[in-house]
Amino acid sequence: MAELAARGGHGSVLRFLTRRRGRIRADWSDWATYIYLFLGVAIMFAPVLWVALSSFKTPANLAEFPPTFLPYATETVTVEGYDEPLPLFEVRTEDGGTRLLAQVRRVGLRAQMIDPADPEAGRIVVQVADAEPVRRVLFTFGNYARLLSTSGSELWLFVYNSLFITVAATIITLIMNSMAAFALSKYRFRGNTVALVAILMTLMIPPTVVLVPTYLIVAQFGLVGNLWGVILPTVATPTGVFLLRQYMLTIPDELIEAARMDHASEWRIYWRVVLPLSAPALAVVAIFSILSRWNDFLLPLVVLNRREVYTLQLALASFQDENQIHYDQLLAMTTLTALPLAFAFIFLQRYIASGIASTGIK
Amino acid sequence: MADLVLEKLRKSFGAVEVIPSLDLQIEDGEFVVFVGPSGCGKSTLLRLIAGLEEATSGDIRIAGQSVVSVPAADRGVAMVFQSYALYPHMTVRENLSFGLENIRMSREEIARRVEAAAKMLQIEELLERRPKQLSGGQRQRVAIGRAITRDPKIFLFDEPLSNLDAELRVLMRVEITNLHERLGNTMIYVTHDQIEAMTMADKIVVLRKGVIEQVGAPLELYNRPCNMFVAGFIGSPRMNFVSGAIAEATEAGITFQAPHLPPLGVPAMAGKVRAGEQVTLGIRPEHFVLSNDGNGWPLQITIAEQHGANSYLHCTTPGGAPILIHEAGQSRIGRGDVLFAQPRMDQLHLFDAEGRRIELGESEADGRLGAGLP
Amino acid sequence: MSAATRLTGALATLAALPARVVEPLMHGLQKLLGIKRMPWVFLIPNLTAVLLFSLLPVFINIFYSVTGSDRLFPLDRPYVGAANYETLLDCRDYLDPSTCSRDLFWRALGNTLLFVPVQVAAMIGIALLTAICLNRDIRGRGFFRGIFFFPVMLSPVVVALTWQWILQRNGALNGLLTAIGLEPINWLVLPDAAFFWSVFVTVWAHMGFFTIILLAGLQSIPRDVYEAAKMDAASPWRVFTRITLPMLKPTLLVVFILCVIRSVQTFDELYVLTGGGPGSATILIVQFIYETGFAIQPRNFGLAAAASLLLGMVLLIFTLVQLRVARGRSYG
Repeated sequence: MAELAARGGHGSVLRFLTRRRGRIRADWSDWATYIYLFLGVAIMFAPVLWVALSSFKTPANLAEFPPTFLPYATETVTVEGYDEPLPLFEVRTEDGGTRLLAQVRRVGLRAQMIDPADPEAGRIVVQVADAEPVRRVLFTFGNYARLLSTSGSELWLFVYNSLFITVAATIITLIMNSMAAFALSKYRFRGNTVALVAILMTLMIPPTVVLVPTYLIVAQFGLVGNLWGVILPTVATPTGVFLLRQYMLTIPDELIEAARMDHASEWRIYWRVVLPLSAPALAVVAIFSILSRWNDFLLPLVVLNRREVYTLQLALASFQDENQIHYDQLLAMTTLTALPLAFAFIFLQRYIASGIASTGIK
Repeated sequence: MADLVLEKLRKSFGAVEVIPSLDLQIEDGEFVVFVGPSGCGKSTLLRLIAGLEEATSGDIRIAGQSVVSVPAADRGVAMVFQSYALYPHMTVRENLSFGLENIRMSREEIARRVEAAAKMLQIEELLERRPKQLSGGQRQRVAIGRAITRDPKIFLFDEPLSNLDAELRVLMRVEITNLHERLGNTMIYVTHDQIEAMTMADKIVVLRKGVIEQVGAPLELYNRPCNMFVAGFIGSPRMNFVSGAIAEATEAGITFQAPHLPPLGVPAMAGKVRAGEQVTLGIRPEHFVLSNDGNGWPLQITIAEQHGANSYLHCTTPGGAPILIHEAGQSRIGRGDVLFAQPRMDQLHLFDAEGRRIELGESEADGRLGAGLP
Repeated sequence: MSAATRLTGALATLAALPARVVEPLMHGLQKLLGIKRMPWVFLIPNLTAVLLFSLLPVFINIFYSVTGSDRLFPLDRPYVGAANYETLLDCRDYLDPSTCSRDLFWRALGNTLLFVPVQVAAMIGIALLTAICLNRDIRGRGFFRGIFFFPVMLSPVVVALTWQWILQRNGALNGLLTAIGLEPINWLVLPDAAFFWSVFVTVWAHMGFFTIILLAGLQSIPRDVYEAAKMDAASPWRVFTRITLPMLKPTLLVVFILCVIRSVQTFDELYVLTGGGPGSATILIVQFIYETGFAIQPRNFGLAAAASLLLGMVLLIFTLVQLRVARGRSYG
């Protein structure tokens, strides 16, 4: 990909790359930087692109080795007297020329073909070795169609489950974390260090490590197989509290004091002054919450034990469960699952990066 | 009546005593300035009055009522913060009305008050803007406007001009003084800038390490500083101090003797001063008489600053002590020259070994004080 | 479509909540408790969740680790003392996992001990290099930054399936190999190759996150320091070792600790990508915990809990040592 990009539009790319801010001309280190970055782009992005491209291939095209870069499909043609469209072949004739024939059926090393231009002429028997399928680049939605027809309404249910968990957990996370962060950043009170340490200590506890007891507690609340059973254990994220607290520390205390002198109650100070001012940090926490809830795997795997409450991720992984992997549908579903994130990514990319930067892990 | 009384007020942060014990009375309608070097406790004192800090002990009474345990919002005071503390996400109008909404004031009344404050401060056309879109001076006005809409008994200002440039500071100084004239409320103003204190205050409170050094009208402090700290702090450039001893004390006057300097006879009543006592003589730069005839102290010029309308001569005594002399107009004296300067006898300040003022020739001196002003 | 309406309905209810219910409630609480106790009111929801779903489980885990049987409810389980720990640690020859009573634990431990340093070193090295490149005065910085961050947003399942699709026998990588005339390799069936790809795929998926943090750290180094160094005629290498690295140290420390903690916890990607295989070549400690506690019947919660507590202990000691070392250095 790097070479492709470098070669395409030689002059303009060169000019674009060597034009620099600040200094007069590019030196070798700039070239090294660009080579590294383009190589990085290839490695980071190509796999995803490959999966997306693959999802538009027909099952036959998928099974080919070596694989084709773009999806190809055999051209078909509708011939009078046949219900199904027939695949088109390029057949070498005895005189050394070629003609286009449609295959009706294949028996062993021979195939019965028909001339689509002249169906009246009847069937022609051809050696398979002489026939080459006519192919062209074709993005088929067959995998998606099959996915929808086999999983169909179920798929919407998975989407709903994933969305509900993500949205509800994120809203609760934002409110709870920001409340805690407000208390820990804007008040001097006995025990605030203890509370902060207690919350941050949970950073040390890998969720996997406490998987069994978490399952027990969820079970005790009767939430096994319930979406809330995945939402509640995840809302008190220590990183969220920490990020928001660090950000709120930068909000001047004078502002809080001014609000207090303005007769604002503590809740109003939080809701009307501190929360709006923390928007950049809230956005970062929201993005991380959305990402981790949407992508969550292990906890749903344990808690959501019925297919009706499966999330997209669980459904996706379940395609692998059977002995045979249905790559066609799996690829379509993988693309579908990554799609919302790709969109979110386009809109939020700058916010994420500058958010992490400004919230600052210092 | 919104007078303010502080009684045995004490504040400590843990083991650190910021304000040991403080008594102060402020009359209704007064413009009082707390002044002092940084760390003197002036801002803490203001925050105690505002209710943003809790007093360790003692009492604060506003209009005769103890407010020491009343929350900040209910004390009837409004504060203009050093950083203005405008809510950045609200428009100017929302900033002005937020506090009024919190006490569930009717919308018409809020609108009326906001308009009135905006008109008074000439920020009507800025009402829909956000703080970010305002200049420093405009933000300052909005911050004051926010205080005005609340119609407080007492206005508190915490170094409100320190973020403005020099020119704007002069302008706002006048505006705040005018505002005080118009509103007539009690105002308490904290600054480390003694010029602000001198130009704005009805009454100045000089603080050091949480202790009141002197309270009085600006010129009172200028003319009769009660100790060396106040003498050095009030007045710019600062007062010259020459340490020495009393060589002679008689009915006719006293003789001051500093090392390497000719003795200085002061025709004043000796009062409590005795011969042999270690004292410090204080002379403001503007209170020297220059002479060419060899009378007075011989001083060598190290730097002559020409300001155009004024000249400041940095000199050293034969003993090496620095002396600053102010000369009106442009001076022809240059570096290295030696000049003779005679302190004005009616403008001398004498301090004892502890730095306390020694009164010289009571009633007589008082009469002359006014005349000695520039 | 009904999903969408249900969702908006739920959202509307949530949105109306603060104004109608919460504000009067909080005002009442403030009147009742006074300002000084309000921080606790703000803390309680989060603290409750933390106690219930993070700290309490740790204690239950301790309880699990000293009790036996496959019963879920703690009080139904008989006390067995240190038996679970003994089972885990019981070995005739500690250098040979097959002589241990739980050889899988030792293999997972060995794999983790190899995986973590390799992965952390690769992760931080590449992330730092990328961050330095992105911090230069280059065109299209936002674009590059976005591309490097993109995989962070993908779910572990998607990441694993993507790479599985590439690494499988008839996958794209083998396609490339045959195109340049090499023999195809069954990547995920060869133990060493599978281990390499485990490291590669996890670095691929997570380096963007650390790049962004390091980039923020780099950007917080004031420009005039570099300009001063330029005036002092410092070579680029000296600028890097004497200015960039020392000033980046606090950020690097955070990144290092986060990276190690995450690395030790690696599970999802490898569970889907290799399933711990081939054999036990890529099984890590967390997968051992999952398998012991949930996947393999009968579920051995006690053993899983004991293993997870050992893991937690190691992590805790590691972090404390790191912080202590860093603090000592910055004072020195």
